[in-house]
Amino acid sequence: MTPRALLKDLELMHRLALARTISGGMAPTGAEEIVVNGVLAVCDPLGGLYLPETGTLVVSDLHLEKGAAFARRGMMLPPYDTVATLNILAAVITRYDPKVVVSLGDNFHDRKGSAHLVSEHRALITGMARGRDWIWINGNHDPDGTVDLPGTCADELVYGGLVFRHEPSLISGKGEIAGHLHPSATVRRREKSVRRPCFASDGSRLLMPAFGVLAGGLDLRHKAMHGLFDREALVAHLLGRDRIYSVRYANLTG
Amino acid sequence: MIMSRRQDTSFSPVRDYLIGVDIVETSSSGRDAALLPRPFLKWFAEKGWQPRAHQLELLSRSTAGENMLLIAPTGAGKTLAGFLPSLTDLTRRGKIPPGSAFTGIHTLYVSPLKALTVDIERNLMKPVTEMGLSVTVENRTGDTPQAKRQRQKLNPPDILLTTPEQVALLLANKEAERFFKDLKYVVLDELHSLVTSKRGHLLSLGLARIRRHAPKVQTIGLSATVSDPMDLQRWLVPQGEDPAPPAGLVHVIGGAAPDITIMKTEDRIPWSGHVSTYAMPEVYDEIKRHKMTLIFVNTRFQAELLFQTLWTINDDNLPIALHHGSLDVGQRRKVEAAMAANKLRAIVATSTLDMGIDWGDVDLVVHVGAPKGASRLAQRIGRSNHRMDEPSKAILVPANRFEVMECQAALDANYLGAQDTPPVGEGALDVLAQHVLGMACAEPFDPLELYDEIISASPYAGLSWEMFERVVDFVATGGYALRSYERYAKIRKTKDGRWRVSNPQVAQQYRLNLGTIIEATELNVRLVRRGANGAVGRGGMSLGKVEEYFLEQLVQGDTFLFAGKVLRFEGIRENECLVSNAFSLDPKIPAYAGGKFPLSTYLADQVRGMLADPDRWSVLPDQVRDWLNIQRERSMLPKKDELLIETFPRGKRFFMIAYCFEGRLAHQTLGMLLTRRLERAGARPLGFVATDYSLAVWGLNDIGAMIKSRRLSLSDLFDEDMLGDDLEAWLNESYMLKRTFRNCAVISGLIERRHPGKEKTGRQVTVSTDLIYDVLRSHEPDHILLEATRRDAASGLLDLSRLGDMLKRIRGHITHRDLDRVSPLAVPIMLEIGKESVPGEAHDAVLQEAAEELIAEALA
Repeated sequence: MTPRALLKDLELMHRLALARTISGGMAPTGAEEIVVNGVLAVCDPLGGLYLPETGTLVVSDLHLEKGAAFARRGMMLPPYDTVATLNILAAVITRYDPKVVVSLGDNFHDRKGSAHLVSEHRALITGMARGRDWIWINGNHDPDGTVDLPGTCADELVYGGLVFRHEPSLISGKGEIAGHLHPSATVRRREKSVRRPCFASDGSRLLMPAFGVLAGGLDLRHKAMHGLFDREALVAHLLGRDRIYSVRYANLTG
Repeated sequence: MIMSRRQDTSFSPVRDYLIGVDIVETSSSGRDAALLPRPFLKWFAEKGWQPRAHQLELLSRSTAGENMLLIAPTGAGKTLAGFLPSLTDLTRRGKIPPGSAFTGIHTLYVSPLKALTVDIERNLMKPVTEMGLSVTVENRTGDTPQAKRQRQKLNPPDILLTTPEQVALLLANKEAERFFKDLKYVVLDELHSLVTSKRGHLLSLGLARIRRHAPKVQTIGLSATVSDPMDLQRWLVPQGEDPAPPAGLVHVIGGAAPDITIMKTEDRIPWSGHVSTYAMPEVYDEIKRHKMTLIFVNTRFQAELLFQTLWTINDDNLPIALHHGSLDVGQRRKVEAAMAANKLRAIVATSTLDMGIDWGDVDLVVHVGAPKGASRLAQRIGRSNHRMDEPSKAILVPANRFEVMECQAALDANYLGAQDTPPVGEGALDVLAQHVLGMACAEPFDPLELYDEIISASPYAGLSWEMFERVVDFVATGGYALRSYERYAKIRKTKDGRWRVSNPQVAQQYRLNLGTIIEATELNVRLVRRGANGAVGRGGMSLGKVEEYFLEQLVQGDTFLFAGKVLRFEGIRENECLVSNAFSLDPKIPAYAGGKFPLSTYLADQVRGMLADPDRWSVLPDQVRDWLNIQRERSMLPKKDELLIETFPRGKRFFMIAYCFEGRLAHQTLGMLLTRRLERAGARPLGFVATDYSLAVWGLNDIGAMIKSRRLSLSDLFDEDMLGDDLEAWLNESYMLKRTFRNCAVISGLIERRHPGKEKTGRQVTVSTDLIYDVLRSHEPDHILLEATRRDAASGLLDLSRLGDMLKRIRGHITHRDLDRVSPLAVPIMLEIGKESVPGEAHDAVLQEAAEELIAEALA
């Protein structure tokens, strides 16, 4: 066993636990402020991005109802992923009390997901959306938009000096906030290697970590990420136990 | 008493079954020989052979209707004994006239190895042909072409040779009853190795089902020596509320004591490591002195490295071959054929050649590494010299200084007579889930009937009805307290109370996911030509398979040993790893994962005894003796029941070494628990490494000073209560549990097996089982699959019972030595650090350090 093989650990338990701490009223700090295309942005260790100038909270790749999507195909994954993801979302909304929530696509794991959502979970979302604007950006998993949920569905949103879309554009990334690729990054120091989901930004574009608890990650050095960033300026903001750790691209392994 | 006679010396596979070790049982030869039909008597007479006493006894008792267990050393004619009842019965039955009603198989032979079924077919066909018996013999494995498998169902052979997985597949079929209804005998080969694993659990459940189709079926178990034959005798017969009498036992006591020595070497014995390259010149000399040498190693990497080393010193160009499970099947068959034809002088082999396969005239077995466990060593040594009047000859080659002591302790204690096969475990729940789905695929089942059938299998005899219901519920909808998947159920209860599969896709899914062996994802290794401009060609020879995780560590241009060649890694294309010839002698050796098998409890005890008793050192090589003497001066040597703890600084770290001698698994578990405790105590541990003999933990604070100043109490640190809360807390976070969970999830059918090659088509869905584990644990910690995972981990992976015994044993016997530098005894484990280390906690500390670099860079 190499340390590498042992430690492909996304440390989900920490996010689940941290979400609980916050909803219990104890809100640790540990977010990291950065600037994307001249806009101030706060990377939160729970996986949300808060834009204070417009009071917007961005989350991406919730993949709600992933367990159920698998169950429909005969793999009975635990049915708890939706409520777990929504609990973390509730915690991050409690922390920032945003005016606008943007969910950046792949909100549900498949086209049937939002129609099959049970009423308790529907009510959770309705509760969170009360008193604020909610934008569902359509993703490749759920291109048809949501059913019976508050908010507006759109393929793309331009707001507050930024462009919000699910899949990063190959033409121009300037001022773009995108999801889809589930970036994660690996850091190795001494004999230890740690892999975590991350925000990735070169100051011009930002790629969001996947928010869903069953969403998994793709290494920032994977070829699917090629050409998206100016690597000289690229920094990975890794989700730590209760804070963000920012590491320059050149200092990552993977 | 009947003695077999040694006759012709030309190679004949059949002869290997008939000559060998003396039989100590006596029996009435006249009556028993009369059991043999004429063609058999004539055949024996023509060959100038006589049936052996145990063969006749097994025949007579089986024919009388008893289930039987035959325990005999390799080469005692075990396999022929196992088939005699079938062959004689089939001979009496005669050929089935054409046009008769469908006849199912008569005899089912199950072996753990595919290769063994092929070998047995070859060896069985020889007497069948020579006696002119009208008996059909066929094998059926994963490699059997689809058309042949279909034909076998329509027109079954008399004797079917197969593996546990194929038995499960056949039983999950709608035609199972027709296929098995005429079955008279089930012959289970290498039973001792089958029953201890999940494959054995699956097979026991299959056997229970077979008994329903063929209530009069008899079992014949064939086994090497085991510690508790009664376990196997019970395994062979129905258990449950009204258990059948245990199977009858025929025990053949081994012949001449094997001649085992420890390799003497001119060279320096290494401090650490597992590969023994230092002794290869001596091994080569032995190869030259013998007709045919088998060199057994524990892992594939050892095999590769030793083979390579032997070739570089092979000045006489002796034919030496390599055999291990990752090599291409074609290459392996070539080696096996050359071996059978006695064209080789030596083979470097792993456990792929371990069991029951008799080829060629092996006259020497070299065992690289320490024995670790006696049953395994006895089995391997049994490979050599199947002659009744000559002892088997074997040489042990210890790989490091601790192993020298281990080998010597094993010889001193005449350990090879001792047996330490692990006991038959409690039936695993994930295997049961797989079986329940398979039974629903065969035909709708009544839960009460199926439950009774299942508890008749000995590993499941203790299964409660409640647990069975939970397993059925799990198979149907995942068994979650939140009952949200009812409409997606895989099996459903019909009005008559029977469970049936919801749709045909479920059965197809079952067939694809069947089995209990979870293999790491492997990629095919293909040798390609590298062009002058660095471009890589296509096509080329396939060399075998290598694990994906290993390749992940390589970058283009790295060199590694595989298939006996030094190869240059060129890249991964689709599902293949492309390599070219490296034309180099200095490969980058893959990270070695340490000895595969942990040190047995018995041997550990012997080694501790030897360490504590300088009078016994006289037999050890000078270097090893000097090493122990210096240790005694610089630090101390622990008494037999004492635990020595050494602490010392080195570099910027402080080390603590515990000499527990309880095997790597138990040490790893201990290491995980100790790091947690040391973290709480403020010692800031950074990691640990475990070997079979000791455990090293290192940290940023001076652990020795903490112990001396009583800020840290060793008796508290090693208190048994660590197996309570700490264990629970650690288990829940540990990667080991996650890995175990992944295996359980696949075996139980929660997630699909990965089929390499299918990823491309997009039909293969992947989801991280680590994430599933976390979500499940946080929302339904009592879920049946988590229960199954914990049970698995406690019994196998973690060696908890052994760790518990040790903590009890050392209570009040811990001795601490605070040293100013590393002690001689600590050198071996210190050299392992960096090769293989398991991090403790403190993942965020690593992130912190990386983030600080960025800050430093910003401030600079």
